[in-house]
Amino acid sequence: MAIPLSYIARNLWTRRVTTLLTAGGLALVVFVFATVLMLDAGLRQTLVATGEYDNVVAIRRGAGTEIQSGITRPQAAVIEMHPAVARGADGRPLVSKETVVLIALKKAGEEKPSNVIIRGVSAAGFTLRPQVRVVGGRLFTPGSTEIVVGGAIARRFEGTRVGERLHFAQRDWTVVGTFDAGASGFDSEIWGDAEQLLQAFRRIAYSSVIVKLARVEDFEQMRTDVDADPRLTNEVKRERIFYSDQSRALSTFITVLGLTLTAVFSIGAMLGAMITMYASVSNRVGEIGTLRALGFRRSAVLGAFMVEALLLGLAGGICGLGVASLMQFASFSTINFQTFADLSFKFILTPAIVSQTLVFSLAMGLLGGFLPALRAARLEIVDSLRAA
Amino acid sequence: MFLLKLVFRNAFRHRLRTLLTITGLAIAVLAFGLLRTVVDAWYAGAAAASSARLVTRNAISLAFFLPVSYESRIRAVEGVTRVARSTWFGGIYQEPKNFFPQFAVSPAYLDLYPEFVIPAEQRAAWTRDRKGALVGRQLADQFGFKVGDALPIKGSIYPGTWEFVVRGIFDGADSGTLTRHMLFHWDYLNETLRKKTPRRADFVGVFVVGVDQPDNAAAVSTRVDEVFRNSLAETLTETEQAFQLGFVAMSDQIIAAIRVVSYVVIVIILAVMANTMAMSARERTGEHATLKALGFGPGFLAALIFGESAAIAAVGAAIGIAAGAPVAAFFKQAAGIFPIFEISPDTIALQVACAAVVAVAAAVVPAVQAARVRIVEGLRSIA
Repeated sequence: MAIPLSYIARNLWTRRVTTLLTAGGLALVVFVFATVLMLDAGLRQTLVATGEYDNVVAIRRGAGTEIQSGITRPQAAVIEMHPAVARGADGRPLVSKETVVLIALKKAGEEKPSNVIIRGVSAAGFTLRPQVRVVGGRLFTPGSTEIVVGGAIARRFEGTRVGERLHFAQRDWTVVGTFDAGASGFDSEIWGDAEQLLQAFRRIAYSSVIVKLARVEDFEQMRTDVDADPRLTNEVKRERIFYSDQSRALSTFITVLGLTLTAVFSIGAMLGAMITMYASVSNRVGEIGTLRALGFRRSAVLGAFMVEALLLGLAGGICGLGVASLMQFASFSTINFQTFADLSFKFILTPAIVSQTLVFSLAMGLLGGFLPALRAARLEIVDSLRAA
Repeated sequence: MFLLKLVFRNAFRHRLRTLLTITGLAIAVLAFGLLRTVVDAWYAGAAAASSARLVTRNAISLAFFLPVSYESRIRAVEGVTRVARSTWFGGIYQEPKNFFPQFAVSPAYLDLYPEFVIPAEQRAAWTRDRKGALVGRQLADQFGFKVGDALPIKGSIYPGTWEFVVRGIFDGADSGTLTRHMLFHWDYLNETLRKKTPRRADFVGVFVVGVDQPDNAAAVSTRVDEVFRNSLAETLTETEQAFQLGFVAMSDQIIAAIRVVSYVVIVIILAVMANTMAMSARERTGEHATLKALGFGPGFLAALIFGESAAIAAVGAAIGIAAGAPVAAFFKQAAGIFPIFEISPDTIALQVACAAVVAVAAAVVPAVQAARVRIVEGLRSIA
């Protein structure tokens, strides 16, 4: 017969201060664990959301990012005319020939500038990215020195409100609108007219060419053709894969650093749980003897203490997760090691993270409580009754 | 003397509990030290940078270059002693995870960096070989490069595979010098570009500028930028240190997060320690009452508990700090990304301070309770 759960739970309640301190330690570890996972999930989701599945990005072979890439006008024209490219209502191919450069801008209230991506797009650029919507002001007029800024830029950088001017490449650029790009990487970019930016930065080659496929399954054909064409020194990737590749280095960094930390911290918290559980056992030697004398088996005593430890872990897990879920209101920005530009993303709590975190906290409780529970189960009835 | 004896007897009365607490404290102090060191390693580039060298770059951003013709105009600026070219190459050795920086530099670069110590004959050999490369000691140790080795690098900014030959290995003048990078001839890069993509030739990533006196750095920066105002490529000149700090600032939220987390581990261990002290004190309520009945004052009882807390914290902190150096050395080897990874004296001071705070904070409540215990109630209480 098992020892009732209410009896076990009341034991934790009786020694509130100790329970609170131990669960608090566990909760902090759980908090760190959950935030790391949330940060990584946010980063991935941001960069995955940036790409459309039926869009294709062409860059120079081996360049890896748009910043390092270059595509000449003749090459861009060849890609544009590929039969797999979808056509718009006007019969023209849905293609955006883009120029992507970094400019250094100051964040509000900070001295050191951060790198920001400025992207010149063709007229079809907005059609190709349906998640990008102008929310304030208006779109830039093609052929003018007007720019629109992403939401994450408008919130954090100086001189990026509608009506203000930014000076770079020997020109003044008027901010005429802000756009919302959902939770995607474009939110951390500034967009303008591709040809104007090419002129201003004195470039003759585009950085990348983005096309929409008429049929999703044509991608393989297009890749084969581009690889085989002797005029092209380019490679094509599905846009979604292109952007999620860019999250890899930062994502690995965050995960490795974060999980190493959590592993080390969890040792500390488990020791805390172990101390508490050992004390719980030694305070109740007589009680354990009584339980055994009443007919509860060793396994029941072992189970009772394990459940007590699990409840402790669960309490810590729920508290930690609760605080971590508040982090969803915060956003995080850092340099993406691969594009070298500032990227802003949110902490995202997914059901998978919730279950991973709870399993983690239960495991800490279990590991911390096992040895003390074993000691409790191995007590002899006579000895323990005498000790009381 | 009597107090000390009692403190130590008490501390080791529950041997297992004390041992667990000490282990926890040692781990926390160690983790705290390593996290501080990770932050320090981030700043290592800036710490090693000189404030007597300036870096001139394109004002738009580092992705834009400067015409090589600027070199002579910068040299003509008052207060400038030397000018060297340096272009970030951004190539890949074998696979992307083997990342290390490569710079295409002009020979004057080595004169501007006296902290890179290189044997004269190796420098001469490098100067003679257009495809020659110099690698830093930290880099050579990591990949096992030796003088004479072929070193193929796949370009990401500059397409194709570039063949280099290691002609020399340079050492750092002191332990703070970063030598985890590779230098090769800017002329080799430029001549190849002239043949393949002439439009990209004759540009330089940044100019490294030596000034006659460090005090003049600010004035010289302004003068250099003044020369190129309203030109096609406006410049931004700052000290090398400021330039490096600019890189650090771009990932400042990560650093801030690591800083916060390094204190979280201290709070975790504070909870564990406070728990231990609270339990010990509660179990001994009866004893404390007895001591009071024998005539010991509340100050004595408080000192007893503070002393026990301090003893446990001191042992834990000592173990954690002592383990720091070997663990840091191991971590440096295993991670391979931080060329400088040593626990600084400041970090050790902070570790001691944190342990002291934990010791005091954990003991406050139990000590006050013990000091206030009423003899009659205390004697009546059982564990």
